[in-house]
Amino acid sequence: MKVTFPHMGHLWLVLKAALEGIGLEVVVPPPCTRRTLELGVRHAPESACLPLKVNLGNFLEAKELGADTIVMAGGVGPCRIGYYAQVQREILRDIGCDYEMVVFEPPDVHFSEVWDKVKYLNRRPWQEGVRGVILAWQKACAVDSLEQELQQLRPREAKPGQADAVFQRALRELDAAGGRGEIKKIVKKAKSEMAKIPRHTSGPVLRVGIVGEIYTVLEPMVNLNIERRLGVLGVEVVRGLFLSRWINDNLFKGLLPLPGHHPEKTAPPFLNHFVGGHGWESVGDTVTFARHGCDGVIQLAPLTCMPEIVAHSVMPAVQEARGIPVMTIYLDEQTGEAGLQTRLEAFVDMLRWHKGRKAAQSF
Amino acid sequence: MPTIYLGIDVGSVSTNIVALDEQGNVLSSVYLRTRGQPIRAIQEGLRQLVATIGTDISVAGVGTTGSGRSLAAVMVGADVIKNEITAHAVAASYAVPGVQTVLEIGGQDSKIIILRQGIVTDFAMNTVCAAGTGSFLDQQAARLGIPIEEFGRRALESRSPVRIAGRCAVFAESDMIHKQQQGHPLEDIIAGLCEALVRNYLNNVGKGKEILPPVVFQGGVAANAGMRQAFNRALGTEVIVPEHYGVMGALGAALLAREIRPKASAFRGFELTGREFRSGGFECQGCANHCEVVELREGRQVLARWGDRCGKWSNAVAV
Repeated sequence: MKVTFPHMGHLWLVLKAALEGIGLEVVVPPPCTRRTLELGVRHAPESACLPLKVNLGNFLEAKELGADTIVMAGGVGPCRIGYYAQVQREILRDIGCDYEMVVFEPPDVHFSEVWDKVKYLNRRPWQEGVRGVILAWQKACAVDSLEQELQQLRPREAKPGQADAVFQRALRELDAAGGRGEIKKIVKKAKSEMAKIPRHTSGPVLRVGIVGEIYTVLEPMVNLNIERRLGVLGVEVVRGLFLSRWINDNLFKGLLPLPGHHPEKTAPPFLNHFVGGHGWESVGDTVTFARHGCDGVIQLAPLTCMPEIVAHSVMPAVQEARGIPVMTIYLDEQTGEAGLQTRLEAFVDMLRWHKGRKAAQSF
Repeated sequence: MPTIYLGIDVGSVSTNIVALDEQGNVLSSVYLRTRGQPIRAIQEGLRQLVATIGTDISVAGVGTTGSGRSLAAVMVGADVIKNEITAHAVAASYAVPGVQTVLEIGGQDSKIIILRQGIVTDFAMNTVCAAGTGSFLDQQAARLGIPIEEFGRRALESRSPVRIAGRCAVFAESDMIHKQQQGHPLEDIIAGLCEALVRNYLNNVGKGKEILPPVVFQGGVAANAGMRQAFNRALGTEVIVPEHYGVMGALGAALLAREIRPKASAFRGFELTGREFRSGGFECQGCANHCEVVELREGRQVLARWGDRCGKWSNAVAV
């Protein structure tokens, strides 16, 4: 059995560690590229949202590397991704791409089913498996802590790209790391390297919160590297969605003492209900970011994403009541880089104006 | 020697250049069709500018904007590179102080900018739909055999505009043909088209925006009297068309250059109109992204490269 899974930002690093931990041979799909997207778009229904298309591309590219089993997340709506595993299974069968599919439904709804699937996949004694999962968790936390450092550094480094280079190298090292001590050492080394990167002193840095649908937020290929673009424009990005937090909220059901999402506390009175996906969190996080003094918020979503459309329609009220500018960007295979760049630049200019500075002085 | 500031707006359809004096007055402006050849358009534009204002001037600052802003900046030597939304907002609030809404319709895009107390508070831009932009109007004028300059005036002659589906350029065109076949007079069809395009603009680009007067209407399409009238009717207020409505992006870029007052401008001199620039491209085979890298060369020297995702090529030459 050679197992693969869809990409979502740096998730591969964590999933690989977990699946190898339970004794499976893992095929990581090649990094998402335009080819991935083209393959997915060719075989997916046009009106499906972007995650389905890119994931399908991942599966097709992993097949070329010999994968025969897919581990995929399920869901129980209202977000469509819940049935994408089934749709993808049908598409793959239709085009003669032979895969076994193991779909994990949310543990709070189908706990015994999840357990059965883990038992089915597990190849090792339980103790070892648990050790693998713990290692994966530690890697997730390491990636997140380095990425937060990176988000801080990007708008401040004198020469764009240096912090990213350190981060990418650390990711490769983390992938190879086999134990907690090693992970700690890698994080420490990367952080000290980042600390040494020369910084510029021109102008205050803006802070922009990123909210929205998790896949478009976490996968840089899909959001056209929005965080890097903002970094170059002198913006520090903050976000509520991180891998470790997502894993804790969704798989461990918030058992670990991490700051979780509490849209039930932050989103009302703007939005009082779960609307599927991360729509509720998008509204709640926007309120939180406004309270923490962010200069603006960017909401990301795949085109036609219903939960985020609901959140989008609530945003003007949040914007007015909390005084924070919000820009919504829908992404799909048609999204042009030039259009996105223009919007980001204009949004950043606008935020700078709001900070009481003249637009021109920022350059 | 008088000091001037240049603003260059390289758009998909037109390339505009504005020269400002120290006080911010427009000395000269040039409007040219880009025709898919931005380098030639920039050179020709500068040549025409020099022909009107002479070479006995010193350029103290250059600003570029529009979708070709990076190319123009490298070629000409710019002190400020700005996106077109900011440039248009700056120009509108300069031309009409206290403006609260800017409607801008250009060749291939349209935008709305909301300002309050002189500060941009919201904006939106179309990219997916070209209905209502200059290119579409051009095309329809050509199809009906009316010069674009007369197109808007004909709309004013209409007494009962027909209702045309304006959601999409393709539907609008087939609906227009349908109305023609039914025998509606041309002016009613043209006026109906203007109303449909304004409706489409307000429902899509202007969706959810609070449009308060004074409203400035700018961009090439503001020349169209039919579109102006349709906006006036739809908004219930008189839209203001500034004097330099067609070159507002370039004006904004020049104003921004004047605002930063560079110590020494990066301008490479008017001689560049005579130099040979070439742009070329290649597909990078470094990874499966196959980025289309574009490069600008002057003679044999590579001035800049862009278009790659990883920075492998663009970092080699700083933009």
